[in-house]
Amino acid sequence: MTQERLYLYPIWIRFWHLVNALLCLLLIITGISMQFSAPAVALVRFDTAVAIHNIAGIILTINYVIFFIGNLFTYNGKQYQIEYRDLTKRLMAQGKYYAFGIFKGEQPPFPITRDNKFNPLQRFSYVFIMYLFVPVVFISGWALLYPETIPTTILGTSGLHLTDLFHILSGFIISFFMVIHIYFCTIGKNPGANFKSILNGYHEPH
Amino acid sequence: MTREIYLRPSWLVIVLLLLVVILFAFDYSTEPLKYENARTTSRITPEEITVDHSQFPNAEVNQKCFQCHGQSKYTYENTEQGRMVNERMYTELIISPNDFYLSNHRSFKCTDCHSEEYETFPHPGILRMEYKYSCLDCHEGDENYAQFHFEQIDAEFMESVHSQKHSEEFTCWMCHNPHTYKINARTNENIRETIVYDNTICLDCHSDFRRFQLLTDRERPNLIKSHDWLPNQELHIASVRCIECHTERTADSTLVGHKVLPKELAVKNCKECHSSKPELLASLYKYEAQEVRSMDGIFRGITTSDSVVIGASRNQTLNIISLILFAGAVIGIGFHATLRILKK
Repeated sequence: MTQERLYLYPIWIRFWHLVNALLCLLLIITGISMQFSAPAVALVRFDTAVAIHNIAGIILTINYVIFFIGNLFTYNGKQYQIEYRDLTKRLMAQGKYYAFGIFKGEQPPFPITRDNKFNPLQRFSYVFIMYLFVPVVFISGWALLYPETIPTTILGTSGLHLTDLFHILSGFIISFFMVIHIYFCTIGKNPGANFKSILNGYHEPH
Repeated sequence: MTREIYLRPSWLVIVLLLLVVILFAFDYSTEPLKYENARTTSRITPEEITVDHSQFPNAEVNQKCFQCHGQSKYTYENTEQGRMVNERMYTELIISPNDFYLSNHRSFKCTDCHSEEYETFPHPGILRMEYKYSCLDCHEGDENYAQFHFEQIDAEFMESVHSQKHSEEFTCWMCHNPHTYKINARTNENIRETIVYDNTICLDCHSDFRRFQLLTDRERPNLIKSHDWLPNQELHIASVRCIECHTERTADSTLVGHKVLPKELAVKNCKECHSSKPELLASLYKYEAQEVRSMDGIFRGITTSDSVVIGASRNQTLNIISLILFAGAVIGIGFHATLRILKK
């Protein structure tokens, strides 16, 4: 049975996603360059990396506000609401599909519809990334831009150190997510189909 | 029909922002320690500790001296006039018995170092010419005091600006009063107290013109002005010993550098201290970020700052764990992708 093409990604989501993706790539590259910088070998020149990282971080925050308000007032927000009922069961079913079913040519257990454009694993991970780790990364990032606002000690340890640690850890988790996210996007009608979808807005069914 | 229960993720962001506000409200202070607090909380004045003098073997003999020299006035009988006279004791000649019995030399008799002729009153005038022992007169070559490296201290001191400029006029006594000297850096676990103790030694002359004048005709020193280049001056003075920047330590065996350098050679480069310790580096980072913004404006501050919290996040263990996790993900993806291609 051939399903119809679904218009899943309205223009504002595509714009937000594209900007978010490019900024995250820039932030990851410059972030890694600064984290592992050595005077002799630098992926990006240190001062350039700092400037790019700071500007990209600020734009990322503005872009996040678009995402947050958009999800608060449009139907898209419903896609990020996690349903508790049978959550583990659904997560397991999707995991099982990725681990085994996909190789046996099985159909995905949660077909994509207008009301349910993310499978349970996607929904779960997107919520944690977008509503926990991205806010942590930009809140700590802003604090590092204005280090004088950071309390000298937080719960007995250096405030600046702790803020930096949160920034680095959430940055790492986002980078880790990004690699897996990009790979899983190749699982579609064909490896390029999902990338095309997020650009033209139409989802091609399997 | 089962009612579906959804978690609205916007709450996560709101909770997160609330947590940040709570953390900031909790013991919020961006200053490491206020100067005033540092002085008042760490300075334990000898008056606060009262010592039972009678426990010391020479307390009774010493009391003869302390009955005059232990207070600001003394009374004696003027036999010529046949009456009792009250006199003021010169400040320099007052030794607080309490300070003495807290000091390192507390078990001494006064006459161990001073002439026994002081036992007569009025003291013979010739005693003013009495030789005053320096530290090395007693401590040089003494095995019992080897750990304090008196010889090393003396060698450093001889090269110091104090000794070079003032020759024999400048003795150990200028900084270490043998009546009240108490070992500090080695024994005090409260670093703030050690800082205040050591800095007080310097400030006793460098901020007290009467004492400063004893050795020089130079105009009154203005420490605040000569340190006006130093950011967060009060905080530095309360948190760092003067000698950290003003001496050159020639050996690790002594905890206090005695080779005091001429002022031109004092440490003035922030990174000399703010480079290895993360806490120190963090405070420099805060200062630099503020400075760049105030000089170049917010936008340029954000785009041109060439510093991040260098070292703070360079946690070797975390780096290794992150690399392992990344490598694991890449291998996993490679394996999954290969299987997908093969099973297609």
